[in-house]
Amino acid sequence: MPPVIGGHPAHDIWVYLETQPLLWLTLTLVAYAAAFALQRRLRGHPAANPVLIAVALLATVLLATGTPYARYFEGAQFVHFLLGPATVALAVPLYGQRQRIVERAGPIAIALVAGSLAAALSACLIAAALGASPATIASLAPKSVTTPIAMGIAERIGGLASLTAVVVILTGILGAVVGSGLLRRLGVRDDASVGFALGLAAHGIGSARALQISEEAGAFAALAMGLGGAFAALTLPWLVPPLLPLLAGH
Amino acid sequence: MIAALALFLCCQLLGETLAVLLQLPVPGPVLGMIFLFVWLLARGGPQESERRTAAGLLQHLPLLFVPAGTGVLLHLHRLADEALPIAVALIVSTLLGLAVAGLTLAWFSRRRSSAHTQQ
Repeated sequence: MPPVIGGHPAHDIWVYLETQPLLWLTLTLVAYAAAFALQRRLRGHPAANPVLIAVALLATVLLATGTPYARYFEGAQFVHFLLGPATVALAVPLYGQRQRIVERAGPIAIALVAGSLAAALSACLIAAALGASPATIASLAPKSVTTPIAMGIAERIGGLASLTAVVVILTGILGAVVGSGLLRRLGVRDDASVGFALGLAAHGIGSARALQISEEAGAFAALAMGLGGAFAALTLPWLVPPLLPLLAGH
Repeated sequence: MIAALALFLCCQLLGETLAVLLQLPVPGPVLGMIFLFVWLLARGGPQESERRTAAGLLQHLPLLFVPAGTGVLLHLHRLADEALPIAVALIVSTLLGLAVAGLTLAWFSRRRSSAHTQQ
């Protein structure tokens, strides 16, 4: 970096740093560390969801500095990359719970079908009733499924993959924030059922929340995320397209 | 730890390769999770280093969603166009999905275990 001559050294340093991956990687970790510390201070309250708070902090910084998301991602991609091996690593808690999973194979299959269809069909029906366009309805259908599967489904049924990516993330954050409280109020207290619901309705972000509850909850969330993704990929492409003309007619 | 991480990445690579080759709708990492699970079954469980590496990756799983989550910024204008139907559909369907999945699993599991104890 050249020495600054006259005027605004802080601005020049910013101009230099802003183009470097280091700045955005560091800010991603700092934002998460702050969000995590806040959640600790609030004794793990789910409303202080670390994804929600870190995203809000970073979005504020990006908007305030006029930084394009693509430049931010040049730094953040190093964190993003670890999502792949971390998803693979979910096999370890899954293995630890294999006996409990086998014992509950029947109930798991029923909960998979009921929960997946309830989330997808209610999203379509409500959006249609409130006058959403067919493309928006189709984009909402796979919203509980992990992002790559959801985007693939959306494209196949006439949705907008980029809109799906947003609603998937928002669904995950919402599910992680309200999930355990809602289920407790409904009398669902066992970690396996809470974890399964979080993974099925709120995919990876819900699974991350479930892992904070217990290893059992995390394993059932990982299972639900995998099964829910596969189930949606197999059923939604032939279930939703015939529905769309009926729904959009109203 | 490096060997364990290499194993996880091999599973992911195998998953990504199969997903592309067979044009499967399931993403590579989710297939990789299945491959690692099968590997663990075949080996009779994870080694200590694999267990520790998995715990390390999963301990701060929420962090790994932050970069993608910040991408919401790119699409705010799309949400604004049909904000009401999207917001209501998103909130109600997420709550309903959570409730239906949690209640059915808890209810059928209980019914099953009480049927077992009666026998």
